[in-house]
Amino acid sequence: MNLAEKVRSISGEDVLSCYQCGLCSGSCPVRFAMDLSPTQVVRLVQVGNIEKIFESNTFWICSTCFSCYARCPRKINITKIMEALRQIRLRRDQDKIALSDIPKEELKILPPIALVSNFRKTTA
Amino acid sequence: MIRLPYYPGCAVQTTARNYSISGVAIAEKLGIELVELPKWNCCGVFPFLANDDIMRHLAPIRNLIHVQEMNEKGIVQNENRVVTFCSMCYHTLKEANLFLKDPEKKEKTDIFFEREKEFVGGVKEGYKGGVEALDFLEVLKDIVGYDKIAEEVKKPLKGLKVAPYYGCLVLRPREIGIDDPENPTILENILEALGAEVIDNPNRIQCCGSYHTVDRRDIVAELTYDNLIYPVRSGAEVIVTCCPLCTFNLDFRQKDAGKLHRDLQEIPVMYYTQLMAIALGLDKQFYGVDLGLHYVDPKPLLEAKNLY
Ligand code: SF4
Ligand code: SF4
Repeated sequence: MNLAEKVRSISGEDVLSCYQCGLCSGSCPVRFAMDLSPTQVVRLVQVGNIEKIFESNTFWICSTCFSCYARCPRKINITKIMEALRQIRLRRDQDKIALSDIPKEELKILPPIALVSNFRKTTA
Repeated sequence: MIRLPYYPGCAVQTTARNYSISGVAIAEKLGIELVELPKWNCCGVFPFLANDDIMRHLAPIRNLIHVQEMNEKGIVQNENRVVTFCSMCYHTLKEANLFLKDPEKKEKTDIFFEREKEFVGGVKEGYKGGVEALDFLEVLKDIVGYDKIAEEVKKPLKGLKVAPYYGCLVLRPREIGIDDPENPTILENILEALGAEVIDNPNRIQCCGSYHTVDRRDIVAELTYDNLIYPVRSGAEVIVTCCPLCTFNLDFRQKDAGKLHRDLQEIPVMYYTQLMAIALGLDKQFYGVDLGLHYVDPKPLLEAKNLY
């Protein structure tokens, strides 16, 4: 999975419908402290330039207030995109496994210590 | 008396004791007995939004199961509603049901609780669904009603200029919010029922800066200024809140905000439940203003208005 696909998968949001109206940035209470605006972040996700987003502080500054999502005319949940970006940074090179990737059959039989010790080693 | 399961959460038992002390007392005055869950754990604290995560949703789901158990034990009868005061608790408990709409996630959480029981005890049964989280503001609006509140007022807050502040988590996203996310009116309606003069606050639905208060106080200070300056200029004498984190930021971070912006005068911040305790004529101990939990002391104002 490349980074753009990862953002899409973790956030569950498809940003292609964004038409760059800027309402998300205009609604963002912490825009003043961000180096890229939420609108620019969405654009960079569209074109797949996630590394450029990672050079910015934007997704760390986001305070999860849901204002952008509440107002986006395309109903894009930008708040979830910010979370996905934070998660990718937190898990980078460590997210070998996620609980939701484990098949249910396995979940029924694996000893808890196996699960816990695995997550300690393989997730952020 | 209507008996409703009550989930306190950590905040209202520590830094926001003034919220629950006043809230539980006014509930009783209005015919609602809040019955604390015999067992409860952390609410999960902040909405976690990654699609591939199940672990961080388990805590609120376990709390919903505890409500289920209260019914099974007969502590409450056929009562699937659970009430909270804290906006974060409300948000995570409400979100848990939305999360479980995905059958795969539901199945996996069931397996988790099943296995937890097997190894460490835990809950007896998985979550059967249908437990509804209510913010106490919804209880006041839909179960008690504004008219009943107005009827019960003993000491009208006449001449007290109050500006409401909602913050984020009781309003957004829309599927979780308790009121119109752009133009909420619950706090205004309650304050009017109490006889107060409501002062408009154009930033009443803006973020307080939230968890940045831990490591980015500069950001929170700017927001605190922005969230307070308009009502202060419009003559507000007190800000009324419903979330323990908003309250902390609006109250305690006035110190930082005042350093950045000299024109900000200090203004007390109180929970709507505290003003209700005063207006409904409860004993002073239920006002929650004597517990050392306020940064800006509201007492001088209350005394000047003959409300203390
Ligand atoms: S508000 Fe929605 S459509 Fe407009 S720029 Fe932001 S993400 Fe794009
Ligand atoms: S959720 Fe984040 S990006 Fe969106 S408006 Fe709030 S702070 Fe800005």
